[in-house]
Amino acid sequence: MKHGSSSPIILLLSRVLSPYIMLFGMYVIFHGHYSPGGGFQGGALLASSIILIRIAMEEKVHQLHFNKAYGIPLGAVGVLIFFGVGFISLIMGGYFLDYSLLPFPGMITAELRFYGILLIEVGVGLAVMTILVAIYDNLLEEDDDESI
Amino acid sequence: MNLFDFIAGHYDYWFIIILLAIGLYGMTVKKNLVKKLIGMTIFQAAVILFYISSAIKADATVPIIMENLSVDNPANYINPLPHALMLTAIVVGVATVGVAFALLILIYKNYKTLDENELLELMK
Amino acid sequence: MKYLTFMSIGVFALLLIYAAYGLPYRGDPNALVNQEISLTGTPVASSYYIENAMKDANTPNMVTTVLGDYRAFDTLGEEVVIFAAGIICFLLLNRERKREARKQ
Repeated sequence: MKHGSSSPIILLLSRVLSPYIMLFGMYVIFHGHYSPGGGFQGGALLASSIILIRIAMEEKVHQLHFNKAYGIPLGAVGVLIFFGVGFISLIMGGYFLDYSLLPFPGMITAELRFYGILLIEVGVGLAVMTILVAIYDNLLEEDDDESI
Repeated sequence: MNLFDFIAGHYDYWFIIILLAIGLYGMTVKKNLVKKLIGMTIFQAAVILFYISSAIKADATVPIIMENLSVDNPANYINPLPHALMLTAIVVGVATVGVAFALLILIYKNYKTLDENELLELMK
Repeated sequence: MKYLTFMSIGVFALLLIYAAYGLPYRGDPNALVNQEISLTGTPVASSYYIENAMKDANTPNMVTTVLGDYRAFDTLGEEVVIFAAGIICFLLLNRERKREARKQ
């Protein structure tokens, strides 16, 4: 399969649009407490901004943008952020994923739950973004040889 | 309960039933595996729409708390539970479609076809 | 054989239309899912979420509270499912592993 486009319009437009989509994805993740949004939607937007570069550019460029080897390990980091937040509250003497016992000083229970939700949304966004990009990479892996 | 009220009061369910029948048609009648996968996606979209339509309350607003609407009366806000469930179901659906495409790519590499009848012939 | 399949799809649609007789009207505020007390006398979860989301987690968006706090374990499961899907795609389609397997 041929990678990348030679049209200057596509190259310029994808290069201009991708940072704004990524910024909007960050906004959707971190503003998810006050408006429609959250980790899943924001992660899908971040993945779309990366996949836009992958569709438009050739392989040498988009591997500088987001390397193929980082996909699965960063997804594991996202799952571990989620699991770690739950495990910290388990160590502090509460139930699993009971945010009211997170070790942030000087906050009441409702604020602790607010920041606990924010932490797990970041973990979910990271995992969804990297896993969607990893699925795209693996699906489009080209076959230089016809056997298998 | 006359018939016209029944039909007009459930009008979103009729579209969902049409989508479910189209999805089932794609999964059972079509012979190409990619078309079967498209049918499965339509079926999934219909199920998601059914859940979302069950959350609707008349004269209620989106489940984000506003200053001038009291939370003590649940009739002011629509049901947040189906939205939360379907939010995760959409992303998991994308991931399962990715796995299905990976399997289809492997099938095509091994057998050079995606037609159901030819695959059954080749597997004999 | 093909007519049988079409007929079974038609029967499926007719069953669903019959099942719509048991469903509440669109936007009915008195439907079972929207009440405060269920048929068996226990409190309904969604009314609890609407009334207590702001007090419990200081978050105006109830969907975020349900997703991240009340049903956080469910969300953890969904995320593990997504991660497993990524791992499965990697294991099925990875080119480097196949190349090494062919060398041996």
